Amino acid sequence: MSDPMAEIRASFFVECEELLESLQDGLQAMDDGEDDPETINVVFRAVHSIKGGAGAFGLDDLVHFAHRFETAMDEVRTGRFQPDPAALKIFFQCADILADLVRAARDDESIGEDVTGPVLAALEAMVGMEEEVEEEIDFAPMTLSLDLGAAAPMDLPDLDAAAEIAPIPGALPDLAAPQAAAPSGLPDLSALPPLVDAVDDPIPETSKFNIFEVHFTPEDTLYSSGNEPIYLFRTLRDLGDVHVTCETARLPSLETLNPDSAHLSWRLTITTEETEAAVREVFDFVDGLCTLNVTHKSQPAAIAAPLDSGLAPLTLEQPEPAPAAPAAIPSTNTLPPLAAAPIPPAPIAAPALPEITPEAAPAKAAASAAVEPTEAKAVSKPAPAAKLSEPKTSNATQPRATVRVDLERIDRLVNLVGELVINQAMLSQSVTEAGFAPNSPVATGLEEFMQLTRDIQESVMMIRAQPIKSLFQRMARIIREASSAVSKEVRLNTDGENTEVDKTVIERLADPLTHMIRNAVDHGLESTEDRLAAGKSAEGHVSLSAKHRSGRIVIEVADDGGGINRPKVRQIAIEKGLIPADAQLTDSDIDSLLFLPGFSTASEISNLSGRGVGMDVVRSSIQSLGGRIAITSTPGVGTTFSISLPLTLAVLDGMVVRVAGETLVVPLTAILETLTLTEEDLRTLGPSTHVVQIRGGFVPLLDLGAELGYRGPKESYLGGIVLLIGQEDGNRAALVVDAIEDQRQVVIKGLEASYGRVPGIAAATILGDGQIALILDPVDLVTQASGNTRKIPTNLSLAG
Amino acid sequence: MNESVKNTEATCELLSFRLGGQDYSVDIMSVREIRGSARATSLPHAPPFVRGVINLRGTVLPIVDLAARLGLETGPDTERNVIIVVDQGSRTAGLMVDAVSDILAIPESEMQTPPDMAADNARAFVSALTIVDGRMIRVLDLDAVMPPQGEEAA
Repeated sequence: MSDPMAEIRASFFVECEELLESLQDGLQAMDDGEDDPETINVVFRAVHSIKGGAGAFGLDDLVHFAHRFETAMDEVRTGRFQPDPAALKIFFQCADILADLVRAARDDESIGEDVTGPVLAALEAMVGMEEEVEEEIDFAPMTLSLDLGAAAPMDLPDLDAAAEIAPIPGALPDLAAPQAAAPSGLPDLSALPPLVDAVDDPIPETSKFNIFEVHFTPEDTLYSSGNEPIYLFRTLRDLGDVHVTCETARLPSLETLNPDSAHLSWRLTITTEETEAAVREVFDFVDGLCTLNVTHKSQPAAIAAPLDSGLAPLTLEQPEPAPAAPAAIPSTNTLPPLAAAPIPPAPIAAPALPEITPEAAPAKAAASAAVEPTEAKAVSKPAPAAKLSEPKTSNATQPRATVRVDLERIDRLVNLVGELVINQAMLSQSVTEAGFAPNSPVATGLEEFMQLTRDIQESVMMIRAQPIKSLFQRMARIIREASSAVSKEVRLNTDGENTEVDKTVIERLADPLTHMIRNAVDHGLESTEDRLAAGKSAEGHVSLSAKHRSGRIVIEVADDGGGINRPKVRQIAIEKGLIPADAQLTDSDIDSLLFLPGFSTASEISNLSGRGVGMDVVRSSIQSLGGRIAITSTPGVGTTFSISLPLTLAVLDGMVVRVAGETLVVPLTAILETLTLTEEDLRTLGPSTHVVQIRGGFVPLLDLGAELGYRGPKESYLGGIVLLIGQEDGNRAALVVDAIEDQRQVVIKGLEASYGRVPGIAAATILGDGQIALILDPVDLVTQASGNTRKIPTNLSLAG
Repeated sequence: MNESVKNTEATCELLSFRLGGQDYSVDIMSVREIRGSARATSLPHAPPFVRGVINLRGTVLPIVDLAARLGLETGPDTERNVIIVVDQGSRTAGLMVDAVSDILAIPESEMQTPPDMAADNARAFVSALTIVDGRMIRVLDLDAVMPPQGEEAA
């Protein structure tokens, strides 16, 4: 991206995603009964920051919606409105629409009033907001100029405004909190006169900060020798927070003004860790050209003083600061705009200004600092302000230090490490072949190398891992939509949302999980009446949990509904011809019927689920991720689907086997056990198939070489090595292989991109000798297997 | 071999190779590299002309036995078998040929459309013909010879 604006825009949207996430979090916390002001503030801030950023990019739809949402949230924040569960539902809806709007804005689409309107109306009706809503939000930069001749700055109406602003910090009881002072830094800039200083320095509490008051009165010679107070002040700013007040009392009226002489003096309050000497040092260059008075103050509250002293506060933030005035003023009647710097566009247009609560401000400052084209409050550094207050304001949501990296780069790294692993395997093979002793330096060095490679590989895989939270949040929305579609009260409980799993796994889980969640709401949970009749709470519960278990991630979707209606499931399966009418099925067999293609228990098709996509699709998408899905259900208590997935799609533990001269890798997770066939094990069945008797059960025998078309069935399988393959549905199969060679971790190389899907084959990998070995997809293989393990005289061309 | 380059005209650069006693060629811009043959891992259920896949510096490269693809006589694999790695669109594949012969620059005007003939297997894979030194060079239609995508092969 070469367009810097596009880049900024892109990062705004990335930020929005994060903000939306914390918005969801906050609402969820509120929904869970938390009424901590900080939680509410998190929500408020998220909406506010989105609005601010959107304003900077002129995304009007987004701004307007966010603005009204924000106003409503402000009612909550100030305690004027106590949200009840119904209100939270509307808030959630708003958050969803806000997310939609953000996405629409990103993709240059638009969402009509018809979507946003009703929700906003509901929102405002509920909160009971006055119809002031559409306050003027003007983001166009504007220029204000002052005619100093007509009115001295101090008796401009500004003073009133200043007076309005000024009391805010003072009125806050807890002035010492750094957040407290911040609010007035966020005045509605369009309404504020340029001359009003923002009393916005966060005042650090810690005693290691020294507070100095500097009274600086330049003499005429200071200007004539080319000095410029602004530079001094900027240097001071490097020492700490500086608060500048300009004293204009000595400023004569324009008629009598001598442009060559100095008329202004400044009062600066510096909050710094430095000593007085350091502060004085700044003024070294103007020594003798000014009157300098530095006093050490320890009373933080004194900062509010300048406003009381009747001085007209003059902000220093303009690029063309006041000090330039004496030198530049021509002897005309008009002054060049003394403080005419463009007022920065006001992303922080503050409808909520009068009742800003302290905590909200730092985030506003931080957020607006990020988007403001002009530095709005140069005097106090926004960054430290935000930093100082961050730990105080949001422990729960405090972001960890992160770096945003293009996924492509990570994938490249993952690939490279894959190469490294392969290369190292090849190297170790040559070392073995070269006949080095196991304790030789080469062999031990290689050992260490292998260890390191493994560590690198694991670390790289970790980079791709992400908390599953984003997925869970999407599911929360699905629940909300689904429950309102079928008018059931549903509550989602999530657990383990910080469990990390490969990003690709997360992405590819979204569809199956959505389907399962909808199923849980639609079919799993009973109707409200039924629930009450069964003595359950009216509100149904769906829980979503994730945890790591022995190198895999286990995700459970559970509902507390009626459980699987097994007689009904059985009935339907028989009706649909999926099972014979007299089939003897265990409970879990019946449960597994849900996964059969073409099975749907919904007697009537609701508009939610039952659109022909069934659990079979869910299962196959889970399986394509190398995962397994299982179902447990207790009548009257609920149903739990549990999905077990590999943590990464990039490596796999496999057993290396040889079949018909080819090397194959069988995923270890699929192998239950290995055994050698004896005469008692092997039984023929029908004209062309064998079964293997294993501990009283019979398992079909599949010749891997024949199934893959490498060769025809063998004459005899006696003494053959078989891998017992287990499937999710409990079905088993015995795969005949020629030899088991090794057990190792292999790097998965997709075949789809280069060749396409091969039946029975999941992917490929590169072995130590540089040869490609195919990775078996046992489930696919077994489903498609012919089961031919005996030569049929009429059909000799099996080896095709 | 002489090269009939005419500066005034647009020319096609072709990589020519021998296959089953005939001369074929591909557009040189689609050739990524030429390498010696390697033992390919066979793919189950693949059509007979797909030899399998080989490891090309960490990527999986499908190999097409071009002679089998064109329905030509396939002799026993000899050491002289060469793999031409070609890019076609987003896909990469290796074409197994007998030997690479030359790089030719042919003026566009000397490229002829192959005559309409009965359903000859080789005809479907040839996009143009040209004569160099009295020998007919067939220009391969790469799209047609690439391995089929996925399961339709089975």
